[in-house]
Amino acid sequence: MSPGAPLLELEGVSKRFGPVQALDRVDFAVSAGEVVGLVGDNGAGKSTLVKAIAGINTIDDGAIRFEGQEVSISKPQDATALGIATVYQDLALCDNLDVVNNLFLGREELAPGVGRASRQLDEVKMEHETADLLSNLAVTIPSLRSEVGTLSGGQRQQVAVARSLLGEPKVVLLDEPTAALGVPQTKQVLALIRRLRERDLGVVVISHNLVDVFEIADRIFVLRLGRSAGNFAANEITEEQVVGAITGLGDRDKQEQPAEEGK
Amino acid sequence: MSATEATADEPKGKKSLTPSQTLRRLVQGDLSSVRVVLGLVVIAIIFQVQEPRFLSAQNLTNLMLQITTIGLISVGIVYVLLLGEIDLSVGAVSGLSAAVMAVLSVNHGWNAYLAIAAAVAVGATIGFAQGSLFSRFVIPSFVVTLAGLLAWEGALLQVLGKTGSLNITDPKITGLANTFYSDTVGWIFAAVIIGAYGAVLALGYRKRVVAGLADGGPLSLIVRFVFLSALVIGAVAILNSDRGVPLAVMILLGFVVGMEYVAKRTGFGRHVFAVGGNAEAARRAGIRVNRVRVAVFMISGSMAAIGGVMAASRLFAVNQNSGGNELLLLAIAGPVIAGTSLFGGRGSVWTALLGALVIGSISNGMDLLSLSSAVKLMVTGGVLLLAVLVDAIARQQRQTSGRV
Repeated sequence: MSPGAPLLELEGVSKRFGPVQALDRVDFAVSAGEVVGLVGDNGAGKSTLVKAIAGINTIDDGAIRFEGQEVSISKPQDATALGIATVYQDLALCDNLDVVNNLFLGREELAPGVGRASRQLDEVKMEHETADLLSNLAVTIPSLRSEVGTLSGGQRQQVAVARSLLGEPKVVLLDEPTAALGVPQTKQVLALIRRLRERDLGVVVISHNLVDVFEIADRIFVLRLGRSAGNFAANEITEEQVVGAITGLGDRDKQEQPAEEGK
Repeated sequence: MSATEATADEPKGKKSLTPSQTLRRLVQGDLSSVRVVLGLVVIAIIFQVQEPRFLSAQNLTNLMLQITTIGLISVGIVYVLLLGEIDLSVGAVSGLSAAVMAVLSVNHGWNAYLAIAAAVAVGATIGFAQGSLFSRFVIPSFVVTLAGLLAWEGALLQVLGKTGSLNITDPKITGLANTFYSDTVGWIFAAVIIGAYGAVLALGYRKRVVAGLADGGPLSLIVRFVFLSALVIGAVAILNSDRGVPLAVMILLGFVVGMEYVAKRTGFGRHVFAVGGNAEAARRAGIRVNRVRVAVFMISGSMAAIGGVMAASRLFAVNQNSGGNELLLLAIAGPVIAGTSLFGGRGSVWTALLGALVIGSISNGMDLLSLSSAVKLMVTGGVLLLAVLVDAIARQQRQTSGRV
């Protein structure tokens, strides 16, 4: 893979649900060490695109390339095996389990022994690795053995993001990571996303909150009615232009701008 | 905890705990069990005042024998409750499985152990069928197992045939509930249990110290060890002063300890808690949720069968009433009374034993006082309602104050 080449690349991807063309020849890419903000109105196809990458929906047409190789992602395990991790909006944490157990859910460390079913969980090892991972990410949780249900929204989100990193992914998809968070908690989560970028991961952030997107993203990718409606470097574009691309009024605005200025 | 050390500015992240925090942790770990133990003490005092025979060695031994069946069935129920489901068929399954064992042993002359294995296989198969229906077709477990309750009661009548009752003669089967060990063997059991518990605690503590994860000193472990040792020594002394330690008690304890290990220490047990807490999260974490569900219903069916075998052994017979009456409700009520949540994801197998003790004590005490079954049913119903209320209130408190 040549430097700067996209880690994950979608080309001409289409997806149709019955009469609805959810994705129409969409091109999308994310490189290592890059945060891409994926924005668009409700129903623009953001979730469909993420689900296609995460293997929840298979694409009808088009190509997905990972590290330059064409791949087929038809189930979530395919995406995981490639190194694509997804953090969903509703977090998918078990409130009744503690931080350590949530982090290792589905991939518990087992002590040596006979038979998968009867082997003991290696709680000490899991707690150790959890502590290491969280301190690497500068995530602050009062106690690793507190139930996730007792944590704040920001802490829960950070636990969910940290969990996605256990499988050593190369690309992380975050679905509305700052939705329903207060200001300081949003700051924590955005700081965590920056640390993912420092780790050279490719990060895709879906968000409705353009302020957050502008604060975190290197590139902003706009979807409208299932089509690409813009792919901008974040430092070369204004929030108004992105809003224009999202709503589809951007092109007309440009044409009408002189007239508006004349008013 | 290096993660929390990094947050030295946060007061909660301090590594060393104050004595009051240690005490709180100690209590919180088994808060509901402490509540139940206190409840047991109150029950014991009430009945002892009314009827001095209640705390006699003979009656306490009887009590232990009486709770064996309910306790064993409750072990399976705990797993179902951890999933947030319910299995209403366990009573009928215990009766049917015992009937199958009796027919094979008495009418067909099967070896006792083969007949018992067949009974357990019947329970596991029924659990498999019910669990598959529930998880594959997303029918509420309540409905599937209610249908099962009726069907297996019918099957029990069918298996027993016209006589409606079978007397069990094989001493290997009747011995299960009617064997008592000598004093020496009882003390050996006590020594083994205490030694094993001490070793488990010490090794676990040492592992955490080596890994640098130990929080607080070994004080809480020592307190637990002393408490359990005193309990075991006291129990063996009481049982020895009557007929000795019953085999049935050892069977119940064995299943409770073994299934608690599975629930708390293995990957499967962790997955049961996860599915009970948030099935969708478990599915996304790659856990095969439906497999866990089917396995849990198989455990529930198997434990019901084992409970049925013990009941048949104690009664020397299987009849049309086997597994009937209030057995089902008491087996479900026990763990709930002792702190396993009806809403899934919270509880322990110990609550099967503790709950059976509470329910067994109340029932036993009321029998001693020769109360009418009208009173008994109403009291038991009230206790169950109280337990569910406590569970629901605890859940509400978690929801309102839990998320800081």
